[in-house]
Amino acid sequence: MPTDIAMNNRKHWALPQFSLRFAQVWRRNLLVWRKLAIPSMLGNLADPLLYLFGLGYGLGRMLDDVNGMSYIGFLAGGIICSSTMMSASFEAMYSAFSRMQMQKTWEAILNAPLTLDDVVLGEMIWAASKSFLSGSAVLIVAAVLGLVSSPLALVVVPLIFLTGLAFAGLGLIMTALSPSYDFFMYYFTLCVTPMMLLCGVFFPLDQLPAAAQVAAQLLPLTHAVSLVRPLVNGTVPPSWLLHIMVLVIYALAGFYVALALTRRRLLK
Amino acid sequence: MNTTAPLAAAGLRKSYGEREVVCGVDFALQPGECFGLLGPNGAGKTTTLRLCLGLTDPDSGSITVLGKPVPQQAREARMRIGVVPQFDNLDPDFTIRENLLIFGRYFDIADQVLRERIPDLLEFAGLSSRADARIQTLSGGMKRRLTLARALINDPELIFLDEPTTGLDPQARHVIWERLRNLLKQGKTLLLTTHFMEEAERLCSRIAIMDHGKIIAEGKPQTLIAQHIEPQVVEVYGENAPDWAGRFGRSHAERCEVTGETIFCYTHDPAPLITDLDARGDLRYLHRRASLEDVFLKLTGRELRD
Repeated sequence: MPTDIAMNNRKHWALPQFSLRFAQVWRRNLLVWRKLAIPSMLGNLADPLLYLFGLGYGLGRMLDDVNGMSYIGFLAGGIICSSTMMSASFEAMYSAFSRMQMQKTWEAILNAPLTLDDVVLGEMIWAASKSFLSGSAVLIVAAVLGLVSSPLALVVVPLIFLTGLAFAGLGLIMTALSPSYDFFMYYFTLCVTPMMLLCGVFFPLDQLPAAAQVAAQLLPLTHAVSLVRPLVNGTVPPSWLLHIMVLVIYALAGFYVALALTRRRLLK
Repeated sequence: MNTTAPLAAAGLRKSYGEREVVCGVDFALQPGECFGLLGPNGAGKTTTLRLCLGLTDPDSGSITVLGKPVPQQAREARMRIGVVPQFDNLDPDFTIRENLLIFGRYFDIADQVLRERIPDLLEFAGLSSRADARIQTLSGGMKRRLTLARALINDPELIFLDEPTTGLDPQARHVIWERLRNLLKQGKTLLLTTHFMEEAERLCSRIAIMDHGKIIAEGKPQTLIAQHIEPQVVEVYGENAPDWAGRFGRSHAERCEVTGETIFCYTHDPAPLITDLDARGDLRYLHRRASLEDVFLKLTGRELRD
């Protein structure tokens, strides 16, 4: 009956109603993470630091400067963002999927006085928190290496969290749609890897063909990099408000779509 | 509708696409009773429970749980409900004690209160000595007991049990039954779904048999047996049993059911059947009183449900 389907769709797209209990979902994940915090942190740091040192020193030696800075200095801002993206995506997909589908953790929580709205919000903020640690760790390493030139870099800290929220929302959409872990490979191959290469992490956007530059403006990582790189290097990013708005919209829309799709999946 | 009922459902309907899974269900629980919802797989039991918890919205009908309208105030209702789900969903990332603690926090219960409650719950579940064990190391029976203990963390007035003993060995099953009786003694109200008739007969003061989304019979187990079925059963087994049924059984029992090489003869007077079977000597038989299972099979049929 098409009317039923239309009615159910309306329910799935109803505005979220939160309770503060979402914080307990976040806290639960924190407690699990704490048990494995050190290996988890090291694992999350290894990858971005390999890029930073490998490319920064290796490739950097062959380049005089990029946009008026050393290549490793250029790279640092990009790697902070890509590391945040990776960490938020992994947590919102593989880990959240485990809790939803394999361990039925969400199902158990829904028998308590929490709603799926609380669960998805708690998971999104958790994924952003975890990616915040990854991004901040890279920022700290960059500061230790002397690549951070002014206290303006402190503004990067909340922006890392915002970037994490934007990618957590997208990841949770994939989780809501995914039949199995294999599905996430599509997202990595079709979205994450292209963003790594096209959003200005490794080289300035203006090296791309014009059409690709326009396309890159639609992707959240471009805006994260456009904010973080200048701040790391001590300048205020041009059109910073626009970049922040894009990330906020990605985060809000990502949450809303992820919630509606998760409701459709679980609240049958 | 009875407003003092811990749970009252009226005219519940729920469809998935073209398929109506719950088609007009009415029932009400009395305080302190164990109410059994029985039915074959796919009868709509679990969907009915999900509706009562506010996890899915009915297409029509009304539900009141502990005085709260559901799904509108499902959160408030769930504050005072305990749930034992059909499949264990204990948190494998935590120990036994942590599972209880973390779950209690979902109800906004202070850690201090939880720490006081947990030893009693561990005792209840017979898991005091394993408090710091990981979930993966527990047997099926232990997991079920822990799931039951977890459902009690908020000291609920009403407990939903969705097939609580499925997959357990007899020892473990008897322990769960004993615990459930204990809860009834404490004045809790239980809503139990099961397809073990023995379980329903032992625990439930009233049962409703559900099939194809409808309640097709409701009452006390003994009353249902008396109402729906002849009191005596003779089960006859063997290659020649169908032949015997055709020539003798059917004319001497009030009702015969055949499945393969087994004949179920339902009767008020089993004497002629037994005399004949003893005289023949080539057919094994079992004479017993009619049970809830016989009622269930009569009402829902013998064909497989998958």
